[in-house]
Amino acid sequence: MLALIPLFPLLGFLVNASFGRRLSKNLSGSLASAVMVASFVVSVMAVVDLAGLPAGERAIEQTVYTWIASGDFVLDLTFRVDPLAAVMILIVSGIGALIHIYSTAYMHEESDREYARYFSYLNLFAAFMLVLVLGANFLVLFVGWEGVGLCSYLLIGFWFRKKSASDAGKKAFVVNRIGDYAFVLGVLLLFVRFGSLDFQRLAGLVSAMPAEEGVFGVISIATLLLFIGATGKSAQIPLYVWLPDAMEGPTPVSALIHAATMVTAGVYMIGRNAVLFSHAPETMMVVAVIGALTALMAATIGLVQNDIKRVLAYSTVSQLGLMFLAMGVGAFGAGIFHLYTHAFFKALLFLGSGAVIHALHGEQDIRHMGGLKRYLPTTYWTFLIGSLAIAGVPFLSGFFSKDEILYETFHEGHTLLWLMAAVTSLLTATYMFRLVFLTFHGERRHDGAGHLHDAPPAMAIVLVILAVGSALAGYVGIPHALGGHHQLAAWLAPSFQPPGSAEGIEAAAEAPAVELTLMAVSSAIAIGGILLASFIWLRRRELADALSRRFAAIYTLLLNKYFVDEIYDAAVVHPIQHGSERALWRGFDVAVVDGAVNGAGTIVAEGSGLLRRLQTGSVRAYAGSMFIGVIVILGYYLWR
Amino acid sequence: MIPLGHYLFVSAVLFAIGTAGVFMRRNLITILLSIEIMLNAVNLTFVAFGRQLGTVDGQIIVFFVMTVAAAEAAVGLAIVIALFRHRESLNPDAFTSLKW
Repeated sequence: MLALIPLFPLLGFLVNASFGRRLSKNLSGSLASAVMVASFVVSVMAVVDLAGLPAGERAIEQTVYTWIASGDFVLDLTFRVDPLAAVMILIVSGIGALIHIYSTAYMHEESDREYARYFSYLNLFAAFMLVLVLGANFLVLFVGWEGVGLCSYLLIGFWFRKKSASDAGKKAFVVNRIGDYAFVLGVLLLFVRFGSLDFQRLAGLVSAMPAEEGVFGVISIATLLLFIGATGKSAQIPLYVWLPDAMEGPTPVSALIHAATMVTAGVYMIGRNAVLFSHAPETMMVVAVIGALTALMAATIGLVQNDIKRVLAYSTVSQLGLMFLAMGVGAFGAGIFHLYTHAFFKALLFLGSGAVIHALHGEQDIRHMGGLKRYLPTTYWTFLIGSLAIAGVPFLSGFFSKDEILYETFHEGHTLLWLMAAVTSLLTATYMFRLVFLTFHGERRHDGAGHLHDAPPAMAIVLVILAVGSALAGYVGIPHALGGHHQLAAWLAPSFQPPGSAEGIEAAAEAPAVELTLMAVSSAIAIGGILLASFIWLRRRELADALSRRFAAIYTLLLNKYFVDEIYDAAVVHPIQHGSERALWRGFDVAVVDGAVNGAGTIVAEGSGLLRRLQTGSVRAYAGSMFIGVIVILGYYLWR
Repeated sequence: MIPLGHYLFVSAVLFAIGTAGVFMRRNLITILLSIEIMLNAVNLTFVAFGRQLGTVDGQIIVFFVMTVAAAEAAVGLAIVIALFRHRESLNPDAFTSLKW
């Protein structure tokens, strides 16, 4: 049954890819959405089955066939759903299905052929992501891992006739490839050391070993390599640069990449190998610090960007940073919880921004928007809910998950990291509401004449569903301090334990006072950020300009994203291009390879030129050479 | 009976004359004639050895050589005539170009 979950979207891909150009838009769009819904239904059934099992042994496995059998080494194509994978398949297929439905309306202006191509990629993307989360060993996970990389390339570069889009696609692919290289090395290292690639076997083997406290052993190196792979997929420092460019793709694709698929892969992978990472405290520290730095850096960039999708893209990078921070401090449940709530509100925000762009016929610059609240009420209200959720306003989903990350960070004693995360939260609330105010409030700055139409039904329904989700998704994880039971943490806990150790994690025994205080602080931060944004960008517009002039250096630095792209260009891309041109092209290809080929030709030509002289055409010269030859041979036999 | 050495000596002299003719004469017909002399020098050697050894093998081979020589002379003269028609010359140095 598990195999059906990725098989449905794969089937949709095959049909749309083979016959798509002959199908009408309605047919190919509804087919693609239907297979996603089917996949979601099967996922729900699988999860219901899973929930029926006792807490300690919640895992359903399906071996599809033996993939590799080589001597002692046997590797099956196995799917396994455990509590962690259950959460993931629901997110991927559920949010994925909503994005498919939204896309049917959003992409309606494309030609039949492009429309089918779009949906075939979208289905393939979902299929690979489902393989990734269902895989029971590293190799199956890696198939999905590479697959989503490929699909991101195809979808980001969907409008490949536009140079910037095809460049962005290539950038995503190449940057991911760097991370994937480290990931493969990590997997190979684990295989060489432990002889198995199955997650449960690995967790069992590693849990028998002592934690590598203060030493850099095999597990630390392997997990560090895996984490580098995760920084590529999940857009963390130093490999985050592809994600903000990924918005060159159609907006629903950004939603899919940022919310349900792809970027969650890295976080999921760490959660999947929680036992390994827990045994490598040094790696965990790296993960936490990188996460916090990424969160803070991306949030500061998001503060000054003017492209609606670019702000959201940096907000994704920032939120992913928070998830990695949670993973790094050992709060795997909190990280996955945030992943889950983030999937709702980030999908909502991207699809909302898509509705705005759709209404404004492609305008993406928030300086040219404003006052859209009156024209796009559905979009406005849903977008507002999403923004409130991501800002962490109390009792919306983002509040619970972000608060848990902050609390766990503080609780584990990383005060500095907590401070960074808290500042990130403040910035998040500020830049999100800057976006809301500049887009929807104030006077209308968009000069496109005519009536602005709100989201069409297919888009509006999705927005409303996601808005409800963004508001309520957090209620599966109400913390104990607020009198909840945090069902999600209890549900996920077995996935982060080595197999066989059935005891659930201890509920946080901390006095709730600390947690409540921190909660109050983060609520204050969220509301403070919103008020700050409303003060600067709503009440006193001139203040924003004054600030940017007053701190021109910082403003320029942030506007240009810390010049990271330029630095990478100068430090990596340029040397490689020049090295390729000078050493590989001119030096090796032209001089050595072409030289060898041309040299062989020249030798033959020159040698022939010399030999040619022997063939004079003069009969007597030939006769003479024969005569001399006979004399020589005779001489040899007579006088030897 | 004339000893074998004499035959061979005459044969060697004839062969040398023929070879010299091939190299030194500037007339295709003379060259053909010189080749005939060389062939006949060889024939003489064959016959001499045949007689010395008391077998007929040498004489049989000579018949073959004479037959082939006749054919060769016919073909060679035909070529010479064809060449002469083209170049109005019998000097072999006039015929050095490998393509017409």
